[in-house]
Amino acid sequence: MMTILELQKGYREGSFSVRQAVESFLERIKKLDQRIGAFITVCYNEALDQAEQLDQRLSRGENIGPLGGIPVAVKDNICTKNIRTTCASRMLENFVAPCDARVVENLKKAGAVIIGKTNMDEFAMGAASGTSAYKKIANPWNLSKVPGGSSGGSAAAVAAGFAPLALGSDTGGSIRQPASFCGVVGLKPTYGAVSREGLIAFAPSFDTIGPMASTVKDCELLFNVIKEQNQSNGSDTEEPDIENSHKNNCTGAFDAGMQNMRIGMPKECLVGLDQEAAQIYLRAEKIYRDSGARVEWFSLPEIDACASAYFILSSAEAASSLARYDGIRYGFSIKDPQDLNFDDLIRSNRTEGFGDEVRRRILFGTCMRMPEFAAYYEKAEKIRKNIKQAVNRLFGRFDLILMPTSPVLPFDIKEKHKYLHNENQLDKFTAIMNLAGIPALSLPGGFSRTGLPVGLQLAGDYFTEDKLFRAASCLEQKLGVYKKLPCLEGDQA
Amino acid sequence: MIFETIIGLEIHIELNTRSKMFCACSTEFGAQPNANTCPVCLGMPGTYPVLNKEAVRLALRAARALNCRINKVSCFNRKNYFYPDLPKGYQITQFELPLCEDGFLEFESEAGNKKSGRAINHIEISRIHLEEDAGKLMHPEDQPVTLVDYNRAGVPLIEIVTRPKAIRPQAAVDFLKELKSVMEYTGVSDCRMEQGSLRCDVNISVRRKGEKELGTKVEIKNLNSFKEIHKAMEWEMQRQQELLLKGKKVMPETRRWDQIRGVTIPMRTKNGSQQYYITPEPDLPGLDLKSEIFRSYLEEPLPELRAQKNRRFMEQYNLSRYEAEILTQNKGLADYYETVVKHGAAPVDASNWILVELLRLWNPADNAEIPVSGKALAQLIKLVNEGTISRNAGKKVLDEMFETGKSPRLIIEEKGLAQISSRAEIEIIVDQVLKQNKDAVEEYKTGRTKVAGFLMGQIMKAGRGRLNPNVAREILEEKLK
Repeated sequence: MMTILELQKGYREGSFSVRQAVESFLERIKKLDQRIGAFITVCYNEALDQAEQLDQRLSRGENIGPLGGIPVAVKDNICTKNIRTTCASRMLENFVAPCDARVVENLKKAGAVIIGKTNMDEFAMGAASGTSAYKKIANPWNLSKVPGGSSGGSAAAVAAGFAPLALGSDTGGSIRQPASFCGVVGLKPTYGAVSREGLIAFAPSFDTIGPMASTVKDCELLFNVIKEQNQSNGSDTEEPDIENSHKNNCTGAFDAGMQNMRIGMPKECLVGLDQEAAQIYLRAEKIYRDSGARVEWFSLPEIDACASAYFILSSAEAASSLARYDGIRYGFSIKDPQDLNFDDLIRSNRTEGFGDEVRRRILFGTCMRMPEFAAYYEKAEKIRKNIKQAVNRLFGRFDLILMPTSPVLPFDIKEKHKYLHNENQLDKFTAIMNLAGIPALSLPGGFSRTGLPVGLQLAGDYFTEDKLFRAASCLEQKLGVYKKLPCLEGDQA
Repeated sequence: MIFETIIGLEIHIELNTRSKMFCACSTEFGAQPNANTCPVCLGMPGTYPVLNKEAVRLALRAARALNCRINKVSCFNRKNYFYPDLPKGYQITQFELPLCEDGFLEFESEAGNKKSGRAINHIEISRIHLEEDAGKLMHPEDQPVTLVDYNRAGVPLIEIVTRPKAIRPQAAVDFLKELKSVMEYTGVSDCRMEQGSLRCDVNISVRRKGEKELGTKVEIKNLNSFKEIHKAMEWEMQRQQELLLKGKKVMPETRRWDQIRGVTIPMRTKNGSQQYYITPEPDLPGLDLKSEIFRSYLEEPLPELRAQKNRRFMEQYNLSRYEAEILTQNKGLADYYETVVKHGAAPVDASNWILVELLRLWNPADNAEIPVSGKALAQLIKLVNEGTISRNAGKKVLDEMFETGKSPRLIIEEKGLAQISSRAEIEIIVDQVLKQNKDAVEEYKTGRTKVAGFLMGQIMKAGRGRLNPNVAREILEEKLK
């Protein structure tokens, strides 16, 4: 498995072509993804066509862009022209979007190769990738465990070495939690920092698209390509010098970067936290202290109400956002609609086209916006308001908040009850950032005794992704977790 | 028993924008079905609305013209219900925080008793909000299918809601006419009812005079002209009064006006009650109406409205109320009138010609351009006043100008319509006529001066209508002395 740096060096020096590299990734997917289930659609032909075009450009001595020739896996709720976008739902089994999402346009402009569309929880609703209408996903570190969700396919694809980079989406933790479970880096950017155009909506006031990668640096590289350029004049922006930026961020520089950085750790995070995860969390505290950061424990009581408020609000938005799927102009439609009137027809289409979890949330969300339940909805909105205020105050005191990503370790795929009925617990440490709209990043923090990845989460003030990357890099270098890879080939076959 | 009728109106007006409210599709009426659609207005997955600022600009113009208080912040909502003309399963509209609230419009209406003539009336506007239009369903008669045309889906609308008021149906119609004129004058909408760019639902209830509580309200839909709105309100008012007189109750319901039978009938409800829910619209940020761009819209000057223009025409041009009202009923016509005056026609002459002759040839309701320029009409009026042609010939010239667009002088020349004013020429004809009608001349001399009229008629006939009547009369009078 090659890193971005190695790939780009190879292209530049002509040791191998983009086509050869892409082929080797495709072969790996072909060989191993049967056991993982990370992809819904693999873009064999499109990826090779793209690779050949890039090779031609290279042969003419052209610059092929900051992600030139780098395979990227794209979550299947992000629209791609000519390649179906299913949301892992029967409802959109054959849906091909009329145009590329903005982020996909950006990827293509930067020279990236779209290698496939990744499996996920249906319409991004779930935290274990167990609600896909097509297939389950296995955690590359232990195939009997879940990869987390909903961006489980993207996280697994990066962990399994199917692609160095992936796009996910995060509405209540859907990038960070699978990143944590699969031992990769995932960023939920500030709400609005990355265009949602072409992201199939789940809960639009929470939805964000974000990058996933095996290292913090690669994650940052992808983020820089997909984020909206504020002062964009339509021309290409300056391309980052990857090689040199890697060199510059040597360990010493990281330490300098952490000097006097104020890091807050909420006490509430220790309640109900897995023992091993807690040890890894406390180890990170020590590393930051040793790096010169000013670490301080504080109380964030708002955290307890977050998952419930998030569930009410996001379900209510989902009920409305998913109303367009009536199976009439596109999408799943029952076989014999002749004798049905409009209401019965769409009722049948929606009942059969959506899976259990999606229907459950639509029903719940519909209830939550009925006048009878107004009290719940209003309470949830009030909590969201309070969270925003609390967060605003926090970032007067701290530069960053350090938290665990998930209260639990990756659990067995068979333990359905854990991801279907205990969801609020899984979102416990992630939904708060979506409620507030702030950026948060999950990076590998270590492994359990049984060899399962455990993530750590950093959150910052609005539009301070650079600070998150800096602090994450420091931790990454000190921990060295990224150097370990899951063992997939041969021995497990 | 004396009843009073409480009427509230909900008026939907399509804004005069070139593109739709949240995408770049054209708003043109009458295109091929579904030609003006794109992934956004079709509600495809992954698409998001981007607000058309022109819609906000026009809505703010309406708000100011209707004396509303503009909210500091205005938010969008989703009205969620399933219907095939609604591609997203919800309509983007405004609920808690509309663009503006608490306005009013003054209008003239006949006062209750006929003797007192017309009076200024006043209806309060409770709110104006922005929303998107839905598509249109078509039910072809020969096939068991329903077709959907999404050209209208996403066209920007404002909904104007009035506060219920005890008024007669005629006054409600007068209000609507004034409202339509204000919307046209301010360029907010072209208000073509036949194309559905102005639609009105009526809420109507009756109660015994003196009662404090409102009666049960009935909503009437499917009203597509002022005439039908008037008829429907009168009919429904009667229906409700009769029910109350019989001691029965009015049901709260939505009824539709059956234009052919001239009755309101209960609407078939779509599968029981059509429930809908209002939720926030997370895809659109709230509008900060204090921000620079919206402030600049609010500072734009508003044009003179009809009521003001009406008053000015009466004062400045010395026109009667009747004349001024007709001329200002349509902004294009009012501007036309002023052009004719500017090109030298006396204000009263210009008004006469337009009211009597132009409106015979051109219907303001067609919204078409007047084919004869104001300058050309002024020339024609001048030619008639100078005696170059007779008033009658002038009419014919105007007809020809409408058809061919030629100048009045050219038409007069081509058709030989110029009047004969030369004394010598006219004298020859007068002499001839007197010679042929000696008996009449004798009669005149015996004192029956009435025959002068007959002789004058004979002279004009002999001159084939081209003689200047004033000169001819002068000569005739001299000869008869």
